[in-house]
Amino acid sequence: MVYKRDPKKIREVLGNKVQFLLGDMACVYGGLLAGVSFFGGYPITPASEVAEGMARMLPRVGGTYIQMEDEIGSIAAVIGAAWGGAKSMTATSGPGFSLMMENYGFAVMTETPCVIVNVQRTGPSTGQPTLGAQGDMMQARYGTHGDLEALAFAPSTVQECLDLTIEAFNLSEKYRNPVCVMTDGEMGHLRERIVIPDEKDLKLINRVEATISKNKYIPFTNSQTVKGSKVPDFPTFGIGYHTYVTGLTHNEKGFPATDKQKDHERLVKRITEKITDDADKLVKVEKFNLDDADTVFVTYGASARPAETAMEIARSKGKKVGLLTLKIVWPFPEKIVAKLAKQVDKIIVPEMNLGQIYHPVREAACGNCEVEVAPKIGGEMHLPVELLKYLGVK
Amino acid sequence: MVEVKTADQLNKKFLRDGMWPTIFCNGCGHGVVLEYTLWALEELGWDMDKTVFASGIGCSSRMPGYINADGLHTTHGRAIAFATGIKAANPDLNLIIFTGDGDCAGIGGNHFIHAARRNMDMTVIMINNFIYGMTGGQLAPTAPLGSIATTAPYGNIEPPFDICNLAKALGANYVARWTVTHPYQPIKSVKDALSKKGFSLVEFLAPCPTAFGRRNKLGDIKKHWEWYDNNTILIEDYERIMNYGTEKEKEEVKDMFPIGVFQDLNNPGFFERYEKLVDRVMGGSPKTPVKAKAVVQK
Repeated sequence: MVYKRDPKKIREVLGNKVQFLLGDMACVYGGLLAGVSFFGGYPITPASEVAEGMARMLPRVGGTYIQMEDEIGSIAAVIGAAWGGAKSMTATSGPGFSLMMENYGFAVMTETPCVIVNVQRTGPSTGQPTLGAQGDMMQARYGTHGDLEALAFAPSTVQECLDLTIEAFNLSEKYRNPVCVMTDGEMGHLRERIVIPDEKDLKLINRVEATISKNKYIPFTNSQTVKGSKVPDFPTFGIGYHTYVTGLTHNEKGFPATDKQKDHERLVKRITEKITDDADKLVKVEKFNLDDADTVFVTYGASARPAETAMEIARSKGKKVGLLTLKIVWPFPEKIVAKLAKQVDKIIVPEMNLGQIYHPVREAACGNCEVEVAPKIGGEMHLPVELLKYLGVK
Repeated sequence: MVEVKTADQLNKKFLRDGMWPTIFCNGCGHGVVLEYTLWALEELGWDMDKTVFASGIGCSSRMPGYINADGLHTTHGRAIAFATGIKAANPDLNLIIFTGDGDCAGIGGNHFIHAARRNMDMTVIMINNFIYGMTGGQLAPTAPLGSIATTAPYGNIEPPFDICNLAKALGANYVARWTVTHPYQPIKSVKDALSKKGFSLVEFLAPCPTAFGRRNKLGDIKKHWEWYDNNTILIEDYERIMNYGTEKEKEEVKDMFPIGVFQDLNNPGFFERYEKLVDRVMGGSPKTPVKAKAVVQK
């Protein structure tokens, strides 16, 4: 039986509109609201609650939960489910995310919509399983081999874990690209008040399914339905288009073109440009006190929380400090940071790593202001007082 | 619809335009397995709109490309996991996986094991040529003891993988092994496998003259193909001899490959069990949602 999203059933399963909820569970809620019907997962701290929530709730809305044999199998099944017509997702943490990298690239190359929640923990390797970090931000962008454009969100509240998971599904459906929700151990295990958005306020995007006559259909080219879109129409398996889907370089018909330079260039340019063309539309940031600021924090995810407190303390002491929080980290909001760099004296980038998003910030700042990373590793968040030191406030 | 009587008619009906010629070498067994599968599909009269082929990486994994149906050519070893997702999203689809010995028993072993254990509803057709053919003849996990590969230039010292006995032990509903040199039994066997609920495996022993036969001095293509006839024995005979035969008889057959049907069961497949679970938690007692709601709020 093929899944059909039933809003009434979903809301019945989710329960009260206002809840005190775990961050990981908020990703479950977001997924269910977006219409996820397949979850393939593998236990890993601190992401297991996402799988547990899905195991509990998905069967009750008529979806399928399967605990796969490993994270490679999880992402594989998730991609397969997308081709079977499902909205699908998985959740993992660092070691599992590393295992998923090959098939993440496969999803990019085959233009498969799917969502990966990465509840980041410290690394390298097994690291500190129960503790949060932001060490996989570059992996989401560059972790798999070859040229690609990544789409990645970074929630900094439990409500955002819910909202941005829905958004992640929307972008994955719109661009036919995997989308990462880069939460972390702190966010995943934080409990906060959430409000479940009403059905009428939900804006859900579904992939454009192929409808053109079969003899005119071209599977890997610009949309044949939506004018100007570089995202091909989706030939769900089972509807008769007989599409051959391969991770090999393929021509517009989907046939292998492994020795053809032009086919490769055309393919990879299209699958990257479908995202870069829309980079301005994809900006999602939150701005605090930027207008008069001479020093700003540019940060994301859990790190935005102590940064906000540090900003408020500094403001109370007369320092002109602002905060730019990135909700979408990839594509990186280059223009906004570039403009900011011309306005301020200094950008500080608090991160729970030794400096990752610091690099695109510095690139965008292009020497127009000083850029400093404020790193914190070892599974603890920054204390606001630690960030105040970067502002010269005691 | 025209009745299919010849191989030409079969090809015309099932094969995709624009993908020819195949990548297969002279004397390769893969095309034969493709043909047997198509005959089985023809006899079953399956709707090719509802039949999906998945594969991993290797020569055998190129097969979905040649068939005019939906096909997912995935990453090395992972086809079974991908197929699990396809089937979950749309259980009305029939899933056929083409895989090789390296793809299935090597890098994809874990997915194979667990799909068989789950009795996941799909048919795996594993073509075993004892070698990594596409990459030029490296050692496979199924390579017979003593055989030569580019990465085992002094002979293989590792005992080979018996994938059929593995699937049997895991409770797969249908397990069979044949060679490409026996046309009739394999077509029936593929047909039986496809008709099964749950997990079914048909392993084909197939020659790779280029990468295996040449290096292991199995002679020309004809001789190489004959090797399969001379080195296989029906599983019934094999078991009878190993149980009741004389020491001399046992010695003669012990290194031969048993072929035939290893297992034929009718246990419920994964999705039959899953659908029951969904029915149980979705419908039934009106108390269920209330109970579950309490759990959610905890």
